[in-house]
Amino acid sequence: MSVARRALPKWADIVLLPLINIALAFIVVGVIVALLGVDPFHALKLLVLGAVGSPESIGYTLYYATNFAFTGLAVAVAFHAGLFNIGGEGQAYLGGLGCGLAILALDKYLPAWAMIPVAIAAAALFGAAWAAVPAWLQAWRGSHIVITTIMFNFVASALMVYLMVNVLIAPGSMTPQSRGFGSSGFLPILMGSTLNASILLAIACCVGVWVFLWHTSWGYALRTMGHNPAAAIYAGTNLRRMTMLAMCLSGALAGFVGVNELMGVQHRIMLDFQAGYGFAGIAVALMGRNHPLGVALAALLFGALQQGGAELAFDIPQITREMVVVIQGLVILFSGALEHLPRPWLQALLARRS
Amino acid sequence: MGDWSSIVFLMSAATLRVATPLILCAMGGLFSEKSGIIDVGLEGKMLMAAFFSAATASVTGSAWAGVGAGIVAAEVMALLHGFACITHRGNQVVSGVALNILAAGLTVVLGNAWFKQGGQTPALPSESRLLPLFFPNAGDNALVYVGLVAVPFTWWLIGRTRFGLRLRAVGEMPLAVDAAGISVAWLRYRAVLLCGLFAGLAGSYLAIAQNAGFSRDMTAGQGFIALAAIIFGKWRPFPAFGACLMFGLLDAVAIRLQGLKVPGIGEVPVQLFQALPYLLTMFLLAGFIGRAVAPKAVGVPYVKEH
Repeated sequence: MSVARRALPKWADIVLLPLINIALAFIVVGVIVALLGVDPFHALKLLVLGAVGSPESIGYTLYYATNFAFTGLAVAVAFHAGLFNIGGEGQAYLGGLGCGLAILALDKYLPAWAMIPVAIAAAALFGAAWAAVPAWLQAWRGSHIVITTIMFNFVASALMVYLMVNVLIAPGSMTPQSRGFGSSGFLPILMGSTLNASILLAIACCVGVWVFLWHTSWGYALRTMGHNPAAAIYAGTNLRRMTMLAMCLSGALAGFVGVNELMGVQHRIMLDFQAGYGFAGIAVALMGRNHPLGVALAALLFGALQQGGAELAFDIPQITREMVVVIQGLVILFSGALEHLPRPWLQALLARRS
Repeated sequence: MGDWSSIVFLMSAATLRVATPLILCAMGGLFSEKSGIIDVGLEGKMLMAAFFSAATASVTGSAWAGVGAGIVAAEVMALLHGFACITHRGNQVVSGVALNILAAGLTVVLGNAWFKQGGQTPALPSESRLLPLFFPNAGDNALVYVGLVAVPFTWWLIGRTRFGLRLRAVGEMPLAVDAAGISVAWLRYRAVLLCGLFAGLAGSYLAIAQNAGFSRDMTAGQGFIALAAIIFGKWRPFPAFGACLMFGLLDAVAIRLQGLKVPGIGEVPVQLFQALPYLLTMFLLAGFIGRAVAPKAVGVPYVKEH
């Protein structure tokens, strides 16, 4: 198996194979679209136009991409440590709660230059804390992190519904939303009506994760743990602490979805603002091969799909926005679970030519 | 006295009603997990089955055609999972997550394209639903009894047959099974197909017995609660059944307590009851209530030596 894997040249492994996997996913999407009675190429044209056809739509695309970058990085960091964090959904939810609570508590007292960093730190802290519990359970009690992070998504959801309906709801409001934030808790808008300064935070996170993973000793230890835990122990790494570090970083990154959504656009705490981004982060990380640059590119693609898909659903009634969810599922299936599917064909093809 | 017994009767009926999809789904998941294939995709299988059973029942007018379609839909998902995890040795958790997301999207896309009701299927008339058999106010339709029979059946098949012995072996040590000349892949495929069968029944139950049609995301985490029940039952059929009943009871109690003030405590938040199955499972996994040990080879793809 490992011998067979080495048979592919590196460029084919890193570039060609992922592209084939993604192409397979999109071919299946095309077939589904055609079965719904829509010309897939017409749909593709509308989708591209909807995603990048005007400054307003580009703004939306980048705004969605910001969320995908945060959750994609979150999954990627955990992956490098050999941990599968499926809890991005809950960590993003709690991150939003953290920055929201900080702003609701302090927006009357702090000016924007102080309020914004405090709120961002609160988002990171809450997201990290929500990831720290499953991490602790994995590191000290041996519970499987996949199961515990899934469970914590549901606990987060129940907790948020309780808080929004019973505690944080604005007086006199019929919908479960908090009061609006004071303007010191708003992130500056960069473009259109939604693209805000958190995209700068996302870019900084991509660079930061790259520096951390490949240019610091902690990052090296983290990746060693992911590749070979026994070697990491031999090298003197404390696996428990490294598990905590990886998951807390991962949770903090996911928590930044709250910054983009609540401080950037909604300007209040509300329910389900994070819906789907945590799971989509798995697709983003798989597609981006867990590298920050790849994650950034994949996030852009998913942002474009999200925005283009919404426009497409507006133009063609047979297609709904959930088509984007189908694409996400297929991308995870083909570039994750079935990643080895085209490998034998590719090997045969390349072997014949050389 | 009569009053109390009727409350107890209604409460047990309500518990069983809520627990049935969990029981069916958990028994399905047990086969898969016992054979060494993690199934995080129970939720997606159930959702797909719910959609196709409701859609079929709505078009044909026959509840049993709906159940059949639900099973077929879940089996297709199960085969995809098997193809990815057994044939191509892909990551089982990734595959499960993919199938869940795929189901969440595809059911709404297809529902909207076919029925144009925002992803729902049309409300089913009572003749194309599964109706109570003996007690009209207890909701004891045929699938509830199927669920009750499924538990001893699973226990017997896993614990008392040659197939079950091999199934357990393949989940603990596939190499030994392979060395004995038995196909690991074929055994695991059969386990995954059994899982699809029960998840299909569970999904059909949701759409055409408990409710009158499909609505988006109608499984609402029940596949994961079933998974929690398997872990809570330590991968054994009867304890898992008990966990399902307990989680069902929690749900039934939560519905009854909604908005009621309990003396001394005040209003109990419903959300606490919704989170309890997950919290309890986490406590169990943390080793605070006994120890849950998964089949040894669960999650590990089997690579045949050449």
